[in-house]
Amino acid sequence: MVKTIEEINEKIKSGKVVVLNAEEIIDYASKKGVKKTAKEVDVVTTATFGPMCSSGAFLNFGHSDPPIRMNKVWLNDVPAYSGIAAVDAYIGAAELSETEGMKYGGAHVIEDLISGKPVKLRATSYGTDCYPRKEIETYITIDTINQAYLFNPRNAYQNYNAATNSSNRTIYTYMGKLLPHFGNANFSTSGQLSPLLNDPYYRTIGIGTRIFLAGSEGYVSWYGTQHNPGAERLANGTPQGPAGTLAVIGNLKEMSADYLRACTFRGYGVSIFMGIGIPIPVIDEEMVEFLRVKNEDIYTEIIDYSVQRRNKPSYGKVNYSQLRSGKIKINGKSVQTAPISSYSKALEIANVLKNKIKNGEFYLTNFVAPIPLEENFKNLDILSREEL
Amino acid sequence: MIKKKLVLSFPEKIVTKPITYKLVKEYNLEFNILRAEITPNMEGKMLIELKGNKNQIDEAIKYLTHTGVTVQEAAKDIIIDKNLCVDCGACTSICITQALTLDKKSYKLNFNKEKCILCELCLDCCPVSAIKVHI
Repeated sequence: MVKTIEEINEKIKSGKVVVLNAEEIIDYASKKGVKKTAKEVDVVTTATFGPMCSSGAFLNFGHSDPPIRMNKVWLNDVPAYSGIAAVDAYIGAAELSETEGMKYGGAHVIEDLISGKPVKLRATSYGTDCYPRKEIETYITIDTINQAYLFNPRNAYQNYNAATNSSNRTIYTYMGKLLPHFGNANFSTSGQLSPLLNDPYYRTIGIGTRIFLAGSEGYVSWYGTQHNPGAERLANGTPQGPAGTLAVIGNLKEMSADYLRACTFRGYGVSIFMGIGIPIPVIDEEMVEFLRVKNEDIYTEIIDYSVQRRNKPSYGKVNYSQLRSGKIKINGKSVQTAPISSYSKALEIANVLKNKIKNGEFYLTNFVAPIPLEENFKNLDILSREEL
Repeated sequence: MIKKKLVLSFPEKIVTKPITYKLVKEYNLEFNILRAEITPNMEGKMLIELKGNKNQIDEAIKYLTHTGVTVQEAAKDIIIDKNLCVDCGACTSICITQALTLDKKSYKLNFNKEKCILCELCLDCCPVSAIKVHI
């Protein structure tokens, strides 16, 4: 039995669509069996709400009088990249304020824009015949500028490491504060709710897929940077470490600060909590097998972040049920664990998306092109031109 | 006769010394250890209530400070700003007494004040700065 996206969209239109979130499908499939589930359920909603540094927004400010070809741009003292056309800029989430350091960054600028707060725009230029102005300082809000769209090069990681610290000092990382002597272990991803862990071979999620992006309707625009589908996988298809990634795009003007939040990891820098929901069409029985994946079937590696090298030692594998229990064993020692991505927010997003689909406010899409299943993950080596 | 609640921090080198014993012996104080922990970086933390003569309590605090113990008045509280908190849970693995936990059903952050020993390890681990000390 094969269900098409068009058939599912017809059901959304007529209000007959059956939607479950990725947590509910687990019990449903074990009670009703795979065959019946594939027949009865049309869509499963997945979601994640975690820090995703590789995010940012393109902005077009409009032209001043006299006009300026912005050469350097700051938004609330956070540098934005303006090596593109005259009044276009890209504000990266992880960029730091030149006056406040790690307390405020690009992510905060993006959140302030979404919240409708005024943002100070400062730009300098060398001045040209067509763009004579050399300096500008003014205030903008999201409503006073032209386009503002989020374009995140790497989001929704398909699994990620659990991080711990074997050294004798506290370390501050993008995986949070890690106490000495295996004092704790932190992990990210929403496990059984996570989009790419529910469609491990990208059968339904592809370039062009419509998604829930921080409260708006966004799209998968490409596969993400560092996309690594070749990571070692279990029989259920789930990778046992960082694997596939997505690049996503959406209208900043339609987003909500409920689902996008700036954050600071002390000693590391600024990042952004991104709320992403992806509907997965139940196209066949095989899809049910993937969608019923639960925390205890998804594994990741415990990595020692105190080793300041590219290759860090591993202390073995654990599943997400163990990680979520709050305690794991490392070398026989009991270690407290914590997520750095919010499962409660992810669940909220999965349910918001579920209701949107049920209410006929969100339709599914066929992807335009697939996400590659083969892509080599490359390292950066320090070489001379001759060695290349 | 007065009562005073204090947070005592013992650095690693004096963590094994019988300091609280002296409070009874030399300063004639009654004490009640409400919570005590040795943190992973081997610092001892103790929430203690002292009862006795005001002068003797002041003298005892001088003695404690002299031996290298950091003394703080426990007139403060850890506050979670629920408007800022996103319930990620990053603070829960830092919390050695498990005062901060994620609810097993709602996955939201729970803060059990009774278990908090004011070690303040959680203060700088919140990505959205939702954890504050209230004085």
